[in-house]
Amino acid sequence: MSEVLVRARGLTKRFGSFTAVDGIDFDLYQGEAFGFLGPNGAGKSSTMRMISCVSPPTDGELAVLGRDPRRDGPAIRGRLGVVPQEDTLDVELTVRENLLVYGRYFGLPRAVIRERTEQLLDFVQLADRANDMVEPLSGGMKRRLTIARSLINEPDILILDEPTTGLDPQARHVVWDRLFRLKQRGVTLILTTHYMDEAEQLCDRLVVMDHARIAAEGSPRELIDRYSTAEVLELRFALDAHDRAAEQIKVMGTERTLLVGANGSSSGTAPAGHGRPSRPGIEVLADRILLYVPDGDAALAEVIARGLVPATSLVRRATLEDVFLRLTGRSLED
Amino acid sequence: MARLSLEARLTWRALRAWFTVYRRIWRSSVFSSVLGPVLYLGAMGFGLGSLVDRHGTAGIGGVPYLEFLAPAILAVQAMQSALAEATFPVYGAVKWDYRYVAARATPLRPVDIYRGHVLFIGIRLVMTSAIFLAVAAAFGSVPSPWAVAALPAAVLTGLAFAAPIAAWAITVRRDTAFNYAFRFGMTPLMLFSGTFFPLSRLPGWLRLIAYATPLWHGVALCRALTLGTATAGAVAIHVTYLLALTGAGLYAGGRVYARRLYA
Repeated sequence: MSEVLVRARGLTKRFGSFTAVDGIDFDLYQGEAFGFLGPNGAGKSSTMRMISCVSPPTDGELAVLGRDPRRDGPAIRGRLGVVPQEDTLDVELTVRENLLVYGRYFGLPRAVIRERTEQLLDFVQLADRANDMVEPLSGGMKRRLTIARSLINEPDILILDEPTTGLDPQARHVVWDRLFRLKQRGVTLILTTHYMDEAEQLCDRLVVMDHARIAAEGSPRELIDRYSTAEVLELRFALDAHDRAAEQIKVMGTERTLLVGANGSSSGTAPAGHGRPSRPGIEVLADRILLYVPDGDAALAEVIARGLVPATSLVRRATLEDVFLRLTGRSLED
Repeated sequence: MARLSLEARLTWRALRAWFTVYRRIWRSSVFSSVLGPVLYLGAMGFGLGSLVDRHGTAGIGGVPYLEFLAPAILAVQAMQSALAEATFPVYGAVKWDYRYVAARATPLRPVDIYRGHVLFIGIRLVMTSAIFLAVAAAFGSVPSPWAVAALPAAVLTGLAFAAPIAAWAITVRRDTAFNYAFRFGMTPLMLFSGTFFPLSRLPGWLRLIAYATPLWHGVALCRALTLGTATAGAVAIHVTYLLALTGAGLYAGGRVYARRLYA
């Protein structure tokens, strides 16, 4: 078993009467990429700030790198890299000066900062902008510079709060690519996101947060297996037909052949053992109806056989988005 | 000792960041540091001064008006630059350029961030006050060699404002508060602290208020030094007052910064 770098038990953060984080437990192991997935306001950023030692926990236990953030904040922060949700770059300085100022905060000698600056700017593909001001850089470049800056002290843990929020798709992929490389180098990552594709791409293990609590924990694959089915059938009906179709499909669901397949390949609604897609069911959203089934095409045929004609239909593999939906009854990006 | 040197190292790290930023603007900053005193001493000292001197200066201690005025403007300028540097830049370091927010993710503690910034303001005060004294000397308005001691006096006057004001500025929710502070705090202080005319011209109750304000102590201290009329007792009172205010600010600053930066 590899070393535990962050350990939280009953970790709680309250602001007055508002509870931002409500007694969560988790362990972060060395070398893994650990994600907090959840909608805005779920308590992810508050958790990140506590781990980053800039927000004292209200209650519970927290150990970061084996130390107590309440007592050893400076020593812990010296070994962390933090990429905050909003860029905190100094736009009145150049790219290089930003790294210089930040490196000095960690007490690094100038020569070390200079050497690492070259390597890091190469790594985030900003070497040709080293002497440019930060102000005119694009959002994606600023994000990459923030990542480079967070690595100046060669941190034991890199903490990323919503690393690609607000970036266009192309810029996101560049950031993901860099983070994936860090992961392959063995850098331990903690990240928060409300993008399920981000969590799927980057996280070895994650927790789903909702309303200040952890709703589920596991690898992306395990979570999908546990809370979803292998296939998802998405049905869209004309606006005036939506509600009635939803009622009919719910009734069909109680007849069991719709959800478990004609040959009864799954054993109803109880979660099955490991690795078995196991949680059939129906989720009705405002604009579409999702059927969690072992065989999407068979379910579609059955729906059509009952005389229901969807405007569009799609059979796809289950994702973490589905996990969140099944856990909370809500979509992630609401 | 080891602890002291750690504290000093962390403050030094926070301080250096401000120099990196200052390097970009030092030319225009030095230029305005020279221009300000030239304008002030030229207009008020020579212009107004020639008028005052013609009617006799017994009321201001029998010295030429320019010599009466120059040390006061030195103290006023220290107050003004302290306020300028301890308000918007502090507020901006949380809201606009995120300098504090970036620094708090590093080993620096809020108290280090605060001390580093106040120390930087102190160094800026040394620069602007030294330039002022040099210009004032060129105008022939500093008769006593004790004027050399007016440099630390002016810096102390500025710090007595900067240390508590920075602690306040980080708690401000909207930057319009600063404009009120300038208008209703700084301007009355500048006008009624024995700056342009001696306090003896004021009614008794107003004089009592003036004695309690930091700028009056700064003005009186600087004036006593540049005119060479300082007495040990008066200097001790002024210095103690200004040190106490600075110390109170330093005490509060670390705590207030921690509350604000560690949410």
